[in-house]
Amino acid sequence: MARNPVTWLGSPTFPKAAHKALADTQLRQNLRKATGTIRARRAAAVAEMTDWEMLRVAGEQIKDDVLARLDTLLVQLEESVTARGGVVHWARDAEEANRIVLDLCRAQNAAEVVKVKSMATAEIGLNEALEAGGVHAIETDLAELIVQLGDDRPSHILVPAIHRNRSEIREIFQRRMGVEVSDEPADLAEAARVYLREKFLTTKVAISGANFAVADTGSIVVLESEGNGRMCLTLPETLITVMGIEKLVPTWQDLEVFLQLLPRSSTAERMNPYTSVWTGVTPGDGPQQFHLVLIDNGRTQTLEDSIGRQALRCIRCSACLNVCPVYERTGGQSYGSVYPGPIGAILTPQLVGDMHDKQAASLPFASSLCGACFEVCPVRIDIPSVLTHLRAEVVEAKGRTAESVAMSAAAWIFASASRYEKAQKAGSLARFLAKDGKITSLPWPGSKWTSSRDVPAPPQESFRTWWRKNRG
Amino acid sequence: MKVALFATCLTDTFFPSTARAVVRLLERLGCSVEFPLDQTCCGQMHFNTGYREHAKPLARKYTDVFQNYDYVVAPSGSCAGMVREIHPTLGTSPPRTFELAEFLVDVLGVTDVGAWFPHRVTYHPTCHSLRMLGVGDKPMALLRAVKGLDLVELPDSTHCCGFGGTFAVKNAETSTAMLADKMRCVLDTGAEVLSAGDNSCLMHIGGGLSRLRAGVRPVHLAEILASTEEDPWRATP
Amino acid sequence: MASAREEILARIKAARVPPAAPVVRGYNRQGPSSVELFAERVADYRAIVHTVSGVPEFLTSLRGKRIVAPADVPAEWLVDGVTWLHEPLSIEELDQADGVLTGCAVAIADTGTIVLDGGEAQGRRALTLLPDYHLCVVRADQIAGSVPEALARLEPTRPLTFISGPSATSDIELNRVEGVHGPRTLEVLIVT
Repeated sequence: MARNPVTWLGSPTFPKAAHKALADTQLRQNLRKATGTIRARRAAAVAEMTDWEMLRVAGEQIKDDVLARLDTLLVQLEESVTARGGVVHWARDAEEANRIVLDLCRAQNAAEVVKVKSMATAEIGLNEALEAGGVHAIETDLAELIVQLGDDRPSHILVPAIHRNRSEIREIFQRRMGVEVSDEPADLAEAARVYLREKFLTTKVAISGANFAVADTGSIVVLESEGNGRMCLTLPETLITVMGIEKLVPTWQDLEVFLQLLPRSSTAERMNPYTSVWTGVTPGDGPQQFHLVLIDNGRTQTLEDSIGRQALRCIRCSACLNVCPVYERTGGQSYGSVYPGPIGAILTPQLVGDMHDKQAASLPFASSLCGACFEVCPVRIDIPSVLTHLRAEVVEAKGRTAESVAMSAAAWIFASASRYEKAQKAGSLARFLAKDGKITSLPWPGSKWTSSRDVPAPPQESFRTWWRKNRG
Repeated sequence: MKVALFATCLTDTFFPSTARAVVRLLERLGCSVEFPLDQTCCGQMHFNTGYREHAKPLARKYTDVFQNYDYVVAPSGSCAGMVREIHPTLGTSPPRTFELAEFLVDVLGVTDVGAWFPHRVTYHPTCHSLRMLGVGDKPMALLRAVKGLDLVELPDSTHCCGFGGTFAVKNAETSTAMLADKMRCVLDTGAEVLSAGDNSCLMHIGGGLSRLRAGVRPVHLAEILASTEEDPWRATP
Repeated sequence: MASAREEILARIKAARVPPAAPVVRGYNRQGPSSVELFAERVADYRAIVHTVSGVPEFLTSLRGKRIVAPADVPAEWLVDGVTWLHEPLSIEELDQADGVLTGCAVAIADTGTIVLDGGEAQGRRALTLLPDYHLCVVRADQIAGSVPEALARLEPTRPLTFISGPSATSDIELNRVEGVHGPRTLEVLIVT
């Protein structure tokens, strides 16, 4: 089987990637500013909702219901879409999905296609596959366009170019669009408008993702801000939508929950500027050919894991990225995947499905387990619990290591109070390493600690020794 | 009221003055405190690092040691969180376990514990106290009632300090970057004392401040609350 | 070899996910459907909002402009002095128009949103997309209080467009900037 392109080939493990990112002062500054801005705005947007917690609970329950009845609901969706003139395709993996989309583009003799930002197509590496097949995909979302024109990689789920500031964006636009433009955000947005306008008006095939698909009506829902989505979903003759099999809601009514949870969690707005809903083909309005490609690509194997499957509730809002202290400092590219941050740390390794893959296996450890992600997740994914669950899988896959031997020894010591006390007494000898009550340098792996922090010298007597002397 | 102290392995071994302060404080408030000597570790390090199977016997041991007490009090939000939230997933039913501030405010119903601590203090509300246990504003309420104490709000107080157990070693550089920002916030307050309800986070932030010779001393909440005019807090050598 | 469809469905069955708990809809289903709240929330997005008692009086401001109007807008809206453009219109003609005038299907007070469904006085989706100025008439009785109330009034199989302010982006440093590909000016007339 081909490797899953959800992780980028050749990416280093998280600590190695972070080493490089942490030294990038421009990146650090850009992320600090952007995540700080959105954190405050999201908090305000959520604070005005008196029923936020009830919405989160409903969101969690609806998504759990989807996962419990996924086969039935997918078949129902297929029937609804087909009945309204759409064509449904199924793909087991990225390679199969890419081939389906390429064949559909070729059938329209399309040399160029316009694209709405979509995580599913980024996950399967669709643009590269289309390019190899002679079809050029033009990203129309502003941030995706910045990434594409900068020959860069995405670093955020919602704003893939979050690692770029206005002056870097200006430089990319001037170089690739051949225009003079200032670094004012409004001018940069105008430059993108002018650059893409002709493409929107003339391109015959569009490719989109889907935020939600309503099983009982066959309606597909895309939330966006700029209007590039509306352009792609309305003007071309053929529309190809690629979505993960978990992006369903059972009924139209269920959308009332997610249309409240998603905008406030992602862009911190009461509602995003544009949401488009379409069902199959509408005569006289919009694309007259509609294809829906349903992709598995590791989702069914994730579904098998009773703890890990909650990652499939994710609605890709990126609130967890914005509050994550690790993400804020390392940026998204350190995760080596289109899914960075806390959700990426649990979703990516599960989609890869191989804990012997060193890079993917390093991701569940890229967290201090502070829990800020769980607190903001609109569908209540208990990310810290999934992280520790996946860490256990990694440890199992690794077998015997220096760490596992040390952990076994520690567990053996803790299992008996007398062994523990002996170890405590032996350890307290370390105070002879200390100067002025602190230890400033320890051998490996303690050196990883003392590289930036002192260690207090162990006291002469532990608490239990004191207790025995004074109270025992 | 009979209360068992779960000192936690870290405090027992490295910070005995904190455990002694808990005993003093609870006794002053009329509790009878016991320290079952058979206690060791809650298994948090093992569990959080992926050694779930090793954590299971430690969870069982915890229940065996403490099952006959009405209340168990730990001077650590993360260890109390491990017991309360994680032990049940490891197949045990632990006895009622509280983080110190919760126990004082929720069980004993006090916020003014009669303490005196004439220093400028800032408080870091550790992640597990805040998000796993939902301790909320209780430590701040306790500190506000301490005589002589000048409490300064810590900027971005809810942000993680970067400790995270073995995270501090496995992702040492990211942990250090988080620590740098936390230290900056601490130093911005001009406080002479940094307090928290968890010696693990205090060891981390304090270890960084010590390396910088920043002149800010980490002091566990229990030691502040135990301090009185008659018997004031003294730095342990 | 099994088809991708059969294989995926079989793998889902094999995962044996237990049934989920029933959904508890404890959130607010209803909200105040007030004109004032709707106007305030639309204005928050930097759209221009007017509360008026009649449409034609207001439309004199369009004089001299080339404005697209769906065939079924009320005849009284088609005031003199405006060059009204009607279907069939090519993409180029739409792109070159000065603006578009439509009604709407539903509006949402809580979020300041207008919903078009291609029904009466709205036309197909491209009409409200290509012109750079969109003037939308909302009757007070079309305003629903909450998102749940609005969805209940809509027919999901129609092509729907939810509009909350002019086109915008948060893609530069995660702060909102108005005006990208969709109409850069949204003007809303609330008729009471």
